Amino acid sequence: MWEDIKEFASTFFVTGDPLIYGADVSIVLTILAIVFVLTKYKKWGWLWREWLTTVDHKRIGIMYLISSLLMLFRGGVDALLMRLQLAFPNLEFLHADHYNAIFTTHGTIMILFMAMPMMFGLFNMVVPLQIGARDVAFPFLNALSFWLFFLGAMLFNLSFVIGGSPDAGWLSYPPLSQNDFSPGPGQNFWIWGIQISGIGSLATGINFIVTILKMRAPGMTLSKMPLFSWSVLSSSIMIIFAFPILTVTIALLFLDRFAGAHFFTMDGGGNPMMYLNLIWMWGHPEVYIVVVPAFGIFSEVVATFSRKRIFGYKSMVWAMMVIAIASFFTWAHHFFTMGTSASVIAFFAISTMVIAIPTGVKVFNWLFTMFRGRISFKQPMLWTIAFIPCFLVGGATGVMLAVAPADYQYHNSYFLIAHFHQVLIGGVVFGYLAGIYYWWPKLFGFKLDEKLGRWGFWFWNIGFYICFMPQYALGFMGMTRRYYTYGWDRGWEDLNLVSTVGAFMMGIGFIFQVWQITYSIKHGERDTTGDPWDARTLEWSIPSPAPFYNFATVPQVKEADDWWATKQAKANGTYKPEPVHLEPIHMPKNSGIPIVMSTFWFLIGFGLTFGWVWMAVIGFIGVAVCMWVRSFQYDTDYYVPVDEVRRTEASLGRVL
Amino acid sequence: MANHHDHSHGHDHHEEHEQLKVLGFWIFVVTDCILFGTLFATYAVMMNSFAGGPTGKELFEMPGIIASTFILLTSSFTSGLAVLAMNKGKVNELIAWLAVTAALGLAFVVLEVNEFTHLVHEGATMATSGYWSSFFTLVGTHGLHVSIGLFWMVGLMMQLKRRGITAVTRRKITNLSLYWHFLDVVWIFLFTVVYLMGVM
Repeated sequence: MWEDIKEFASTFFVTGDPLIYGADVSIVLTILAIVFVLTKYKKWGWLWREWLTTVDHKRIGIMYLISSLLMLFRGGVDALLMRLQLAFPNLEFLHADHYNAIFTTHGTIMILFMAMPMMFGLFNMVVPLQIGARDVAFPFLNALSFWLFFLGAMLFNLSFVIGGSPDAGWLSYPPLSQNDFSPGPGQNFWIWGIQISGIGSLATGINFIVTILKMRAPGMTLSKMPLFSWSVLSSSIMIIFAFPILTVTIALLFLDRFAGAHFFTMDGGGNPMMYLNLIWMWGHPEVYIVVVPAFGIFSEVVATFSRKRIFGYKSMVWAMMVIAIASFFTWAHHFFTMGTSASVIAFFAISTMVIAIPTGVKVFNWLFTMFRGRISFKQPMLWTIAFIPCFLVGGATGVMLAVAPADYQYHNSYFLIAHFHQVLIGGVVFGYLAGIYYWWPKLFGFKLDEKLGRWGFWFWNIGFYICFMPQYALGFMGMTRRYYTYGWDRGWEDLNLVSTVGAFMMGIGFIFQVWQITYSIKHGERDTTGDPWDARTLEWSIPSPAPFYNFATVPQVKEADDWWATKQAKANGTYKPEPVHLEPIHMPKNSGIPIVMSTFWFLIGFGLTFGWVWMAVIGFIGVAVCMWVRSFQYDTDYYVPVDEVRRTEASLGRVL
Repeated sequence: MANHHDHSHGHDHHEEHEQLKVLGFWIFVVTDCILFGTLFATYAVMMNSFAGGPTGKELFEMPGIIASTFILLTSSFTSGLAVLAMNKGKVNELIAWLAVTAALGLAFVVLEVNEFTHLVHEGATMATSGYWSSFFTLVGTHGLHVSIGLFWMVGLMMQLKRRGITAVTRRKITNLSLYWHFLDVVWIFLFTVVYLMGVM
């Protein structure tokens, strides 16, 4: 009996590496500390009522934001471990297997568990406020999306200490990801972590399309809608077309591994290249899904901090929609070397280059908005200005990669690595950071400290170029991705060392930002006006932090940048206030079903990862019961009485 | 008083909100279209990957397939009759037509399970070849959708019994019948691409 348990534990838990034991200890200590604090201060009930069961889009947004920052930390540590290993030739800091696991989890976490939730956090925190709505279209579904993401992410991260991490690359290409070459639970963790959170992402896409199309304040026609909301619409449309492909693709991979199917196998009529086609039919739109909302953020920030209307509003909308459509016709540029016909390659090369046109239109529009504007260099604007040259170079190297004959040279080299980090960090991360700095006061009621933020900004930016510019050169020198070590004879040591220094500078930048947040909670400049940046759109017309029902009265929109127009009218003395007529506000009730149902999904994922069908069956029954119970609930909403609205507004300094 | 006040507002909010849920469901159906589209594409790629194993032409038994096709088409018609009964406000008639639809759906699922058992006995399983992997996945995903629809239909019949036809149950039935018709359309493609083209 004891022997059985010992044997089980030795395969179940990851063993043999001091780094892992350190992680085990720190995980256990962190959990104990959280449990201790919650019990000591009797906060369990508060946690359950106010956060775990909430359906308020702002709180869900905050939970997305916190989780994504944790994942940024985890993915960032992965990156630093890799850079340490590559800092000098022939280092033995990480073994080959460990290195494989780390580059795999780094990529998967950064795209699916950092960028996606940070984006959904911004969707949630901003869109309903910006369009004058009181919540998203389906608040319950929204909470479910969050918990599916969260438990999917936890499942994925668990692989680090239980069962072993996936190590077949961030997109898990077969045949390497098949049973023959990757036995054990690692790849299953990858499949189920992504599958579960992917269902949540799909639901979020549906939710925001309906929210934006149907819940805008009266008078806000689509042509008067702020550009960030347009970018969310564009991104959500891509999500609903791309994510079902991901769902199917990884389900098929799982059938190959679990049921012995022959979709992507080398024998039995399987075709591994089919996997590459399918995964990139999702994967390429995916990178536009994450970058287009960043474009929306830049559009808001540039207009606000240049104190001008956005230049070329219509062309901005047009460009985002063209990108959304074109993104579905470029996937094969990820494997020009597959060896299809010249005409197919030519089609995908040209469709890829075509994307540069609408993107270029947007860059010019931002520049023209700044032209002759009164620019104030606050933190959101700093990140926006840093983004433009960074994304320009990243975009240009992308066009170089799209030149198919030349791609045979660049393919899978560090040139590619430098390119996609430049568009993903320079575009997505800089964009989301700009958005977080910009909307932070609206969510939390205080600004993030400027001085610490500037330190973080410069460390990030200078570190970025020091890290990734050498990698373009390393690519030309023949260094391909996923090498875990190299010899002195290759002549790569100088540039690799420089690159590692840059990576650590970005790490220091992140530490400054964490310091900035903790410092600002106490000392940050309080926002008493609700409009700290003198901004243009509706979310700034209400107090900060926004009350739970958002708008005491639903705003009547007359023009684009309506809040700016209202402020102008007030300054000119031409403003005619509408008579305030308060009504009881219709709000959704909190629900514990999303977190419970997602926990059952976690059981499904965990059970199937280890091949414990009984556990998966319990999970499936649990999910079905949750859906059944929810379907029979009819008492899911309530009304906030007028008195309570009046009291809440008064406590926020607004008299109605 | 407060209750009365709430009620008068409650009514429009509910109607409006139910409309949102119908739109949301339409968009869900779009995503389901993409899901089936991907499975069809996979099937098309695997169409001749028999790897020396049996082919569809050798194993398909068309009479059973044609019977299940007509059963599913009829169930789509009866779910339409259910919606007509709902529009006339006749709750018992609505429940009765849903019961007929569910019975036909159940017959369809039973026939499919029979067909799969038969195929497995003939030596065609998920692990036989790329062709059979994609066959079982595509057809099985449709069958799973039908089964989930049955589960949902039973739940809604119970809710109708308890609450009658309200704005909420009306929206639920609208979505259910949309889903059911959608599965019918998918089956028509499936019947054509998998079975008719398979035996030709």
